[in-house]
Amino acid sequence: MSFKTDYKGVAGLGSAKDGTGHWVSQRLTAIALIPLGAMFLYPFMKSLGAGHDAVLATYSHPFHALIAIGFFVVAFRHLRLGMQEVIVDYIHSERTLMITMIANALVWRGFAVAGAFAVAKIALGA
Amino acid sequence: MVELTLPKNSRITVGKTWPKPAGAKNTRAFKIYRYDPDTGANPRVDTYFVDLDNCGPMILDALIKIKSEVDPTLTFRRSCREGICGSCAMNVDGINTLACIYGMDEVKGDVKIYPLPHMPVVKDLIPDLTHFYAQHASIMPWLETKTNRPADEWKQSISDRKKLDGLYECVMCACCSTSCPSYWWNSDRYIGPAAMLHAYRWIIDSRDEATGERLDELQDPFKLYRCHTIMNCTQTCPKGLNPAKAIAEIKKLMVERTI
Repeated sequence: MSFKTDYKGVAGLGSAKDGTGHWVSQRLTAIALIPLGAMFLYPFMKSLGAGHDAVLATYSHPFHALIAIGFFVVAFRHLRLGMQEVIVDYIHSERTLMITMIANALVWRGFAVAGAFAVAKIALGA
Repeated sequence: MVELTLPKNSRITVGKTWPKPAGAKNTRAFKIYRYDPDTGANPRVDTYFVDLDNCGPMILDALIKIKSEVDPTLTFRRSCREGICGSCAMNVDGINTLACIYGMDEVKGDVKIYPLPHMPVVKDLIPDLTHFYAQHASIMPWLETKTNRPADEWKQSISDRKKLDGLYECVMCACCSTSCPSYWWNSDRYIGPAAMLHAYRWIIDSRDEATGERLDELQDPFKLYRCHTIMNCTQTCPKGLNPAKAIAEIKKLMVERTI
């Protein structure tokens, strides 16, 4: 039996004084993805099925390479921020929440690094 | 907590169908959620028939008629019967609203009446709003000042007073908060649209001197940022207010003070 008041429950641990940065970043990345997405998808779709040499030629160009790297960094950041919202909304078991939050923080960053590395490797011809 | 199915003891069963009023020619069926904590039985939906030729036009008129003439055990809150007290908030035909200002003509077919969604039910159409009221208390719903109290009164210009229009009218009926999925899943930490609208009402009050503290208190991934602009709050508000806009304004102020 708990004799805690409702106000005590609502007050909880107080304000985290946090969240605005996340909110702003989610919107900025969303806006950035409009031009970045278009500029990434156009050469990407064009080189799809065009053969290995055509892909290498596309991403050897510094402009396409930079756009692709920018797209990976921004898109996976946006995905991470969005997924964090979904996780926090729907997962309430403390243990599962902790595991998914850590996984979410690491996995998408890994994807971004892998994507950027792959494009850089082609662009730099290494 | 996310609950996509009702817990076992909350599953609704088919209840009693009450007889039609004798001699009535123009009747309408009301399917009303019933729950009695004393019996321990699952909630049920009872069907009542109301003689429309002998009843007022609002949903609350029908409820009062049923309680007076058919079944005195039917339990619901009501007081002012003109949309100013916020007592008779309930879910009518899938919409959270005040029964006293919602016309029967706005509903097609049988009138289905349930308590406000995703709240603990005390009895029949009465939800437990203790937590909701505590959330309201948590936003300091009063004028906070540091300056010495003036001899006569805290003055406010007409234009500053106008900023409170669309906010001060809230009657705390809880229709908005209980229509919000974010509130359903996280009401333990998300303070909900009603409390947020009240918070904004004090944040933009030109006489209030605790704006920073108020924003500090709300700047939290849960208290404020569980709002995902779903807009159910604004759509359902029986007073025609816009809690979603108030929340958006708070979010704008949060950004404004960081840049």
